[in-house]
Amino acid sequence: MTIAGGAAVERPVAQAPRAELREVSKRFGATQALASVSFELLAGEVHALVGENGAGKSTLVKILAGLYPPDSGLVLLDGQPQQIHGAAQARDFGIAVVHQEPSLFPDLSIAENVFLGHQPVGRAGSIDWRGMRRAAQALFDELGVRLDVASPVRGLSMADQQLIEIARALSFDAKVLVLDEPTASLSTHEVDQLFVIARQARAKGVGVLFVNHRLEEVFELSDRVTVLRDGRHVITAPSIGLTPRDLIRHMVGRDVTMFPKVAATPGDVLLEVDGLSRAGEFEDVSFAVRAGEILGFAGLVGAGRTEVARVLFGVERPDRGVVRLGGRPVSFESPAAAIQGGIAYVPEDRHQEGLVLDFSVAENISLPIIARLFPRLFVGRRAEARVAGEFSAELNVRPAGVERIVSGLSGGNQQKVVIAKWLATKPQVLILDEPTRGIDVAAKAEVHRIIGTLAAEGLAIMLISSDLSEVLAMADRIIVMHEGRISAELSSAEATEEKVMVAATGQQAGGA
Amino acid sequence: MGRLVTAIGRQRELSLVLVMVVLGGFVATQAPQFLSASNLKQVAVLAAIIAIAAVGEALVVITRNVDLSVESTIGLVAFVVANVLRIHALSAPAAVAFGIGLGLLLGIINGAIVTVLRVPAIVATLGTLSIYRGVDFLLAGGHQVTVGDLPDGYTDWATATVLGVPDFVWLAAIVVVVTGIGLHQTRFGRQVYAVGSNPDAAAVAGLRNRVVVFTVFALCGLLAGVAGVLWGIEFGSINATAANGVVLQVVAAVVVGGVAIFGGSGSVVGAALGAVFLGFISNALTLLNLSQFWLEAIYGAVILAAVAADAVIVRRIQASLAEQRAR
Repeated sequence: MTIAGGAAVERPVAQAPRAELREVSKRFGATQALASVSFELLAGEVHALVGENGAGKSTLVKILAGLYPPDSGLVLLDGQPQQIHGAAQARDFGIAVVHQEPSLFPDLSIAENVFLGHQPVGRAGSIDWRGMRRAAQALFDELGVRLDVASPVRGLSMADQQLIEIARALSFDAKVLVLDEPTASLSTHEVDQLFVIARQARAKGVGVLFVNHRLEEVFELSDRVTVLRDGRHVITAPSIGLTPRDLIRHMVGRDVTMFPKVAATPGDVLLEVDGLSRAGEFEDVSFAVRAGEILGFAGLVGAGRTEVARVLFGVERPDRGVVRLGGRPVSFESPAAAIQGGIAYVPEDRHQEGLVLDFSVAENISLPIIARLFPRLFVGRRAEARVAGEFSAELNVRPAGVERIVSGLSGGNQQKVVIAKWLATKPQVLILDEPTRGIDVAAKAEVHRIIGTLAAEGLAIMLISSDLSEVLAMADRIIVMHEGRISAELSSAEATEEKVMVAATGQQAGGA
Repeated sequence: MGRLVTAIGRQRELSLVLVMVVLGGFVATQAPQFLSASNLKQVAVLAAIIAIAAVGEALVVITRNVDLSVESTIGLVAFVVANVLRIHALSAPAAVAFGIGLGLLLGIINGAIVTVLRVPAIVATLGTLSIYRGVDFLLAGGHQVTVGDLPDGYTDWATATVLGVPDFVWLAAIVVVVTGIGLHQTRFGRQVYAVGSNPDAAAVAGLRNRVVVFTVFALCGLLAGVAGVLWGIEFGSINATAANGVVLQVVAAVVVGGVAIFGGSGSVVGAALGAVFLGFISNALTLLNLSQFWLEAIYGAVILAAVAADAVIVRRIQASLAEQRAR
């Protein structure tokens, strides 16, 4: 079952892979999401697709689902090259995708959700409601699931919603079933149920593509595994011949880029978090950050790192736990209070939360400190330009000129404006959430230099990043989160990519 | 992006003036009375009242909201002030202040429904549009206050001029200048644009978005109250249907004046010019003996043209920016 480039061509059509990507590439701006990736999904196999965040898994899934056209390369279905335009056409080709977040219509019944877009039609073209309910019931019976198909979806558990998505996928005789991290929000029992269903589909000759972060599940369910890294195909192999350690090595095995790091002696503890919890997001999170220290936060997407940051910054309220700032318990009701208290937060999504794109550099930088800068009614543009100029020069925002509208700047320079804006608040604690996502290599190095300098100046820095090499190179200590809990705390001396990945994927640390 | 649209909006303000000059020339040849001092004053006074309400509406629209209740506020204030004067409950200046205060109160109610009860503005103010009008009917009970009921000389203000320009126009100009300075030179104005342009980023920057939105609704009510008082002075005779349908003119003025209906950009000068433009068109169509139907249809067409132009311009700019960045 090894994959050789030419083999598929000679194979008779009847035995052709259910779906095949041949040297598919896809680029988004400066990011090469997929670089000449070839991949086969056979009939009657469960094929796991693994890789770090940003490795290209979701791009591959979206190309198969018809949501993105490939820039180059071919998509073959049952041996025929096809162009898939949109989700509806993917369905016509027999490709069913169960996305990580169920996308159901909460006010429609379960049966309607299952058959949406291909409702059974009675005479005179009207919907055959009874037939639809019966067919939906039959599907769920087959899956061994007890659900009232006439009741609305609203209020159902995540697991039930996933099952409805799967029933929906199976309702049109899918030949390819893509499960995109379906177990992220399921309990053990529900995962078992899902596996039974996936195996049933496999037995019927469906090609099942199983995208997952949980390695133990990959080994339990899949026949073969494909590893992607940085948009490239690393290996496809039968899972039986692999160990979790092999997989992790394949997932992270790139050269570590060197980052300029400024040596700093950590000072007093500035921020102390004890037993912080917020239902459904994170549980019992405790850590401390010292002045001059960079505390890295590693973990997979959805591990709860951003959620912790948002609570610390007063955007959301915790259910339990204590936060101490400079030894004093604090509880911030709003970002304004957190800013006042000396916390700054560079959010994950620059465009959504970081910047007012219509505003100039100066107007963006002054926004969080506008009341401090102008205690009286009027805004002084000269004073504003002076403060903004000082910080944007310090961070080397280019092109210079604080009157420029930020929507015209490059991503890297926009990010520098966001950081400048938060530095202008003169914080003690700086939370950086994915500070280098989507910016080019040169700007990235510059942001790293800035982070190092800020720590050396005595700021306590929380660095949340899904870029493992970045966390490893920058952080003095690393907290690894897995499904809302801290799964490891490592010093920079003992941390390796393997150890972090093991903790991030919820593996036992013993073997690593 | 909004800034660029604003820059183009500036040209819009210019082009509004140009279109008015050209059309005015044409109308003057067809209906010579158009350029008479009395007609121009009449147009200017009505446009001034709408412009004051439109300035308030512009503030609300910049924050991504809308206030549909302005016409009921104008009508209710106009009637209450007239009625208070009829029964000699208050002196004329006190009655005027009372009317403006009533407008402020109605705006505060709108703001509270939107920011405290978190009802979307379009629904909230659709509700108060009916409620305020209902209160108006309840109070008026089918009666009408006529000019004779009002104190002597009270309605003279509508025709008073300084340097040949009606007082109402001066007043509208003051409102535009003060609000314009408020928007562009004060902390509050900056917050209004930030909340309208990117509410999430504004919240993360520590702005109290709901306080900002509440305040613009209150100000919009206040300015509608001013417009209501002026309405009563201008028309003299007031019943419960005063200012019926005016919200279309107010919102149209804002949109035609280049305030982006999706928030974040626009100026009060544009909104005021939009009011003048619409008043001008309405007058021209009347003088040219076109039917009421054409008047309504042309209002609608002008709004559509303005919003469609906005959408096209924004898309063009986005495309060209994306291209620049890709390079």
